[in-house]
Amino acid sequence: MSTAIPSARRRASIWLEFLGSMNLAITLLAALAVSSVVGTVLQQNKTYESYIIKFGPFWFEVYKALGLYDVYSAGWFVFVLGFLLVSTSLCVYRNAPGFVREMRDFRLQHNARSLRAFAQHAEWTVALGAEALSAPLENYLAARGFRVRVKPQGSGLLLAGMKGATNRVGYILAHVAVVVICIGGLLDGNLPLKIKEWRGEVRLETKPGILISEVPGESRLPASNPSYRGSVNIPEGASTRDVILRMRDGYFVQALPFEIAVKDFRTEFYDNGQPKSFESDLVLIDPERAEPLEQTISVNRPLLYKNFAIYQSSFTDGGSRLTLRVWRLGGTDALNMEGVVGGSYKLHGPEGALTLELKDFRLHNVKSAPPGSGKKFVDIGPSFIFKLRNEKGEALEFENYMLPLNQDGREFYISGVRNNENLPFSPLRFPADAQGGVAGFMRFAGALRDSAQRARAVAQVTSAGPSGARTLGETAAALLERFAAGGFAATQEYIRTRLASLPGEQREQVARAYITLLQDSLHALYVNLDLPPMPDVARQQQFFQDAVDTLGALPDYGAPFYFELADFNQLQASGLQITRTPGKGIVYLGFGMIVAGVFMMFYLPQRRVWLALSEQDGRTQVLLAGASNRDPLGFAREFEALRDGLTERLQRL
Amino acid sequence: MSASQETLIKDFGKPSFWSALTLFDWLWAALVAGGAAYVLYRYGAVMDAYETGILMGVAPLLAGTGWWWKPFRTFALAVAALSLCAVWLYGTQLSNAETNFFLQYLLASQSAVMWMSALFILATLSYFISLFARSDYAGQIASALTWSAAASGLIGLLVRWRESYLIHPDVGHIPVSNLYEVFILFMLITALLYLYYEARYQTRALGAFVMLVISAALAFLLWFTFERAGHEIQPLVPALKSYWMKIHVPANFIGYGAFSLAAMVGIAYLLRARAERVNPQGLFATRLPSLEIMDNLMYKAITLGFGFFTLATVLGALWAAEAWGGYWSWDPKETWALIVLLNNAAWLHFRFTKGWRGAPMAWWAVGGLLVTTFAFMGVNMFLSGLHSYGSL
Repeated sequence: MSTAIPSARRRASIWLEFLGSMNLAITLLAALAVSSVVGTVLQQNKTYESYIIKFGPFWFEVYKALGLYDVYSAGWFVFVLGFLLVSTSLCVYRNAPGFVREMRDFRLQHNARSLRAFAQHAEWTVALGAEALSAPLENYLAARGFRVRVKPQGSGLLLAGMKGATNRVGYILAHVAVVVICIGGLLDGNLPLKIKEWRGEVRLETKPGILISEVPGESRLPASNPSYRGSVNIPEGASTRDVILRMRDGYFVQALPFEIAVKDFRTEFYDNGQPKSFESDLVLIDPERAEPLEQTISVNRPLLYKNFAIYQSSFTDGGSRLTLRVWRLGGTDALNMEGVVGGSYKLHGPEGALTLELKDFRLHNVKSAPPGSGKKFVDIGPSFIFKLRNEKGEALEFENYMLPLNQDGREFYISGVRNNENLPFSPLRFPADAQGGVAGFMRFAGALRDSAQRARAVAQVTSAGPSGARTLGETAAALLERFAAGGFAATQEYIRTRLASLPGEQREQVARAYITLLQDSLHALYVNLDLPPMPDVARQQQFFQDAVDTLGALPDYGAPFYFELADFNQLQASGLQITRTPGKGIVYLGFGMIVAGVFMMFYLPQRRVWLALSEQDGRTQVLLAGASNRDPLGFAREFEALRDGLTERLQRL
Repeated sequence: MSASQETLIKDFGKPSFWSALTLFDWLWAALVAGGAAYVLYRYGAVMDAYETGILMGVAPLLAGTGWWWKPFRTFALAVAALSLCAVWLYGTQLSNAETNFFLQYLLASQSAVMWMSALFILATLSYFISLFARSDYAGQIASALTWSAAASGLIGLLVRWRESYLIHPDVGHIPVSNLYEVFILFMLITALLYLYYEARYQTRALGAFVMLVISAALAFLLWFTFERAGHEIQPLVPALKSYWMKIHVPANFIGYGAFSLAAMVGIAYLLRARAERVNPQGLFATRLPSLEIMDNLMYKAITLGFGFFTLATVLGALWAAEAWGGYWSWDPKETWALIVLLNNAAWLHFRFTKGWRGAPMAWWAVGGLLVTTFAFMGVNMFLSGLHSYGSL
């Protein structure tokens, strides 16, 4: 019976019904909430390796297929969001016209009979004509914020008042705002980039550690790209025309339509070493501008230019120039070298080539001050961080301080070492000599490694003994050799195996004698060096003891060199974030709409009142009735006040 | 006749909102305006345009709140007087806190917070006594204690604000920057919101329930103070140095406070609903407000929370655009704020359009507190992100 067109129309209307239905909207709100949780529990946009380590290869692939590593731009998430937008739009589309009509409609069709059916109503009889009452009553409502319409009705009048029409405007604003915000957000999102990537027009660069200039064209995005959020580190005095967009396990290089230079970068610190502020003097050179734009930015004070914003987000070393003295542990002289933070340098170690990678330089190192110093914090001066990588690619990380640290009245140069970036540095202390440097210690270490000097020391120590000097000498030489090669651990091991056959008590006795022998030999070795003397004997003795402690731990240090920081020329890099957000204005408009809308909806409820006047024999029957679309309890109170005020006035007539 | 008609019209028009204000109302407004003017005169030189704007906005807000809710004026005046007294006693020496009797035992930030803690505990006990012993007198005491506790808390925060500047002008900042400070803010706002509704609905029976959530927060605050020395004033990280903090955080905590209030009323609702079935003559069925009132109160609290939480999230987004380089980064804190909003939006839609009332909505409001608590605390404890200022 039915023709094709109406059935298609009906089908469409069923669809509209479904898409605009409240059930769907609420389901979508819940779905969006639940799926948003995923991205907060699972850290987003980390490297694929870290996910593989965390989840294993199988689940890694499953989660990857579900897009869980970048949930908020996963297809299904965007789909849910889009669905919610359609639903919200349809809801507004279907309800708004009715609301607008309602805002204009004063409901003048009511009469005394229908008004008496309202929960809130009251009646009076007044000895005055309806015409005479009309204006005062109209004013009564108007003074209480009602817009009023008057209509003659039967033998009298009907006054209809309405306030809070903006309640409906609030509804429209709040719901349209959701759509507006999402559209703005979509403009600022990376959906176009995702599509390009999916179509194979661009490819994510995943090789680590290559220069920006080496990145191939397929991983470069043109300056015409409408929206992005990238970051870049610019050393002081340098400039860039590119930013890096990090995504998943790689990045794109985004060209900027202008050049950004960092003229100067400054940091300020609190007493406790925490950064107080950091700011950059920027110069923006746009071919479209006659003059370059100069502005200082800091955290919370970005540079806004066209639809770009340039933020101060971090700082790092920008290639500080370090002058190092390289001490070969066991040698006596140092070589000077120059290096730049970020650079790698080949060195020839005793066990093959090593690569020195200079990682970072820190001008300030604030630590808790020792108790009793009267201060809470103390700056122990500059340090630099480096890695030493062997031919197999294994690396240890070191942190060496430039200035000696005072500990219990003695001075030490501290070098921290670790084999894992998640561990704290374990420190090795190099005692400062009479001149305040490490040369004294280094000469001692050199003498220990030198068999001729060891032999001389052993001869000096054992020559005093009248008998058994030969075996004693051999033992002393062996102990010293073990100590030189393997430190405390190797010496202890040597003594243990050598004395294994002795019974317990005797073993301890002999072991103690061995240690005294080693101590004496080391002391002889030290005295032979004839180092510049310390101010007093106690300090001299203390230096010897500290040096022995360090020498004993030296084989575990992991590096055949000690790098002393002799001089530096700090160069910082300003970490900038550069965003292009063409949709920001739209989003902010949406923000304003949603806040205004929500408060209008909740705090400006729609209230309607009617006053029906019917005149008979010069007396007028006044009927007041009211209704509200929200908050019945609140309205009941308001109605009471309205009623009482009217009673008071009508009685006075 | 026409003259008398005119007087009639005039008479019916009165009183308008403005003419209903009393002398004391105007005095109050003048005092607030005078205070704001003095601040501007004294500190205008070191305030930026935004801070001046915030001050200009806060003054009418404060005056209006006093007009709308009269007891608030007494509260505000007492807090202002005592805080100024503390500022005066301090002078420029932070160490006065150790020598001056009034500072040491009453007004120094830490002392005021300890008073707040003691008063909140007493208030909780009094509300329970009032509920179980059916004693209205205990209820009055409980209200007075809650007012005093809130006042002590606010004095504690205001004096702390001053103390931070006494440590060093560089360290000075509004005390809403870490977990310790915002917990005090949370307790204080929740208590004030409750007191407002208590007067409006003429019932003290809900105090015991609302005080439970405040007591829980208090337990955490004390643990945080004594175990983690959370009360120490720390300088701000650069990202927090912004006028946005002054409006974003308080707006957020009005939201948190209102949602907590709704949840606690939800619990009371469920107890009464059950009691009406099981034991209609029992305590809960007779002492607690009617289901209709509680349902209405729950709705009021959720709308208030929703409004302010929306505002706070928008303010947060605007701030993020200045500090983190984007108004939205799907940072866990942002995302959970969105989840809280979505959850409450769904609640409101159910009520408006489906007309749902009663127990399911009360259960939902109680469940909502879990979501809200996770957004407030859980995110900082279990998830990492940009918003790490409030971490434990």
